[in-house]
Amino acid sequence: MSELVISGLRAGVSGQEILQGIDLTVRSGEVHAVMGPNGSGKSTLSHVVMGRPGYEVSAGSVSLDGTELLGLPAWKRAHAGLFLAMQYPTEVPGVSLFETLEEAALAAGRDPAEVVARARVEAGRIGFDERFLTRPLNVDLSGGERKRNEALQLGVLEPKIAILDEIDSGLDVDALRAVSRRVEAATTETGLGVLAITHYTRLLLELRPDVVHVLSRGRIVRTGGPELADELEKTGYAPYADGAAEPAKAGADPFADPFADPLA
Amino acid sequence: MADRSAVVVTVDGRLVQAVVGEAAAGQGVTVGPATDEIHLLRPPDPDALTALHDAFVPEVVVLRVPAGVVVEGPVVVVQRHSGAGQAGFPHLVVDAGAASEVTVVDHWVSDDGPGYVNPVVEVHAGDGAHVDYVGVQELGPEVWQTGHVLVSPGRDATLRSWLVALGGDYARLYVAAEMAGQGGAAEIFGLYFGEDDQVHDFRSLQDHRASRSKSNLSLKGAVTDQAHGVYTGLIKVREGAKATDSFLANRNLVLGDGAHVDSVPNLEIVNENDIRSCGHASATGPVDEDHIFYLESRGVPTDVAERLIIFGFFDEIVSSVPLPGLRDPLRRAVRRKLDKAVARA
Repeated sequence: MSELVISGLRAGVSGQEILQGIDLTVRSGEVHAVMGPNGSGKSTLSHVVMGRPGYEVSAGSVSLDGTELLGLPAWKRAHAGLFLAMQYPTEVPGVSLFETLEEAALAAGRDPAEVVARARVEAGRIGFDERFLTRPLNVDLSGGERKRNEALQLGVLEPKIAILDEIDSGLDVDALRAVSRRVEAATTETGLGVLAITHYTRLLLELRPDVVHVLSRGRIVRTGGPELADELEKTGYAPYADGAAEPAKAGADPFADPFADPLA
Repeated sequence: MADRSAVVVTVDGRLVQAVVGEAAAGQGVTVGPATDEIHLLRPPDPDALTALHDAFVPEVVVLRVPAGVVVEGPVVVVQRHSGAGQAGFPHLVVDAGAASEVTVVDHWVSDDGPGYVNPVVEVHAGDGAHVDYVGVQELGPEVWQTGHVLVSPGRDATLRSWLVALGGDYARLYVAAEMAGQGGAAEIFGLYFGEDDQVHDFRSLQDHRASRSKSNLSLKGAVTDQAHGVYTGLIKVREGAKATDSFLANRNLVLGDGAHVDSVPNLEIVNENDIRSCGHASATGPVDEDHIFYLESRGVPTDVAERLIIFGFFDEIVSSVPLPGLRDPLRRAVRRKLDKAVARA
């Protein structure tokens, strides 16, 4: 049983705090959906947990099976069992999928000789064209193919916990189904725990969440079961939009200069 | 390369060995010193250094491929500079006749010690010919070079060249494509990798004079330590060069705080009305952070990720070299430099 524990996480970019205290625990076999409007901090959460450079963490902790991840480089977080399926998988010219997975296996103390065979099996499972296996990473791949490629790598790397950052954006219905079914299968086959970050509920038709969290303005403002996703489908994020989640500031001057420097 | 068609060795510009295989000899392929004044091409910007070359060139070595001949296997040329205070002025001419096909590998090496070499290579592809030229510069670390590679595809000819610069102290190469044949095409791939305090200075000219001519230049380089890369390139489209298709791209990786690159691509278009496509691109910087993060997020350690990306950056050019047997030695040479750079980082 594995456990990703995010507690009191505060982080931002260039002095501006985006995540304002996130608490979240994902265990093996569980699917958690983090939903929220644009700008609520969804992608920041996935980047900060995986360790993308450029973010400042001001407080809190992220641990996987007791190992503190904050402060570790991304590759050590990967070795600890974390995986991030990116919203926009990066093109890496001149670097192939196989050599990437082989180097990853080598560094993690696994047998790199198994990589090619396993990648072929995974390609078959999610309908990733074998011709793309030898191309430079994500180069000249469509949005759907890139997401299939992310799911393929998830299958080969067998992480304990996977963060899916808007994996449902920019792909067609067939690719969405293939990718979500593969992730769903991993939750039972290898006990994968999933943190699925999404704006839309359509991902959750194939990948059934156990827990749904609503993220708004850098905080988790509601947590519930799958029925919460159904509710969001009907209401949208209007009840959680800017200002709605927080009461209006008392005593604000209605005649104040709207262009005044707030820091003055 | 067991299947080479001919081997040519020059030392300080003098032909010391020329062995043309039976098959190629039977087809009329010849190698020898020029018997009369031969200059198929002239450097576009004559200066003191080109004058120096003309004054001191000991002999012009000419490889001739008769019209219609398809040469099986590469012609391998080794141009050795004996270094140790010497100045050398080698001059090689590849004269490929109409509708011929030939691949030439030209390896520039030197003995240890300081020296100066001022080489000129002229490659002319006759009408409808297909010529590949691969020049690999591995001069010693104390050798200065100011060289010219002049290429000219004839009418509907294709001339591709790979120019790899690894050695030298200060190594300057001016590559000029004279696009005087209608429908002629020139592809130029350049690669340099500077370390210590090496300076690699590339200059290029794609000079379009005839209509429907097409040229493409792609130069990729990396600098580590205190190395310096310089690139200045020009595409010139002259009056009458209708439907020109021309591009140049220069990409540089800066891998050390003390290393730097200056890149200045230019276009000069006289005939502005009838151009198919013309442009340039230039980018200089460290290894892309997003590329590193993507590989790291899969579990690839940072230093390994950087190596994969830098190697991949060059491999786009190395893997395009037409002789598979040459790719691995080139990869090894790049890897050697990369290993040193990573070990010092």
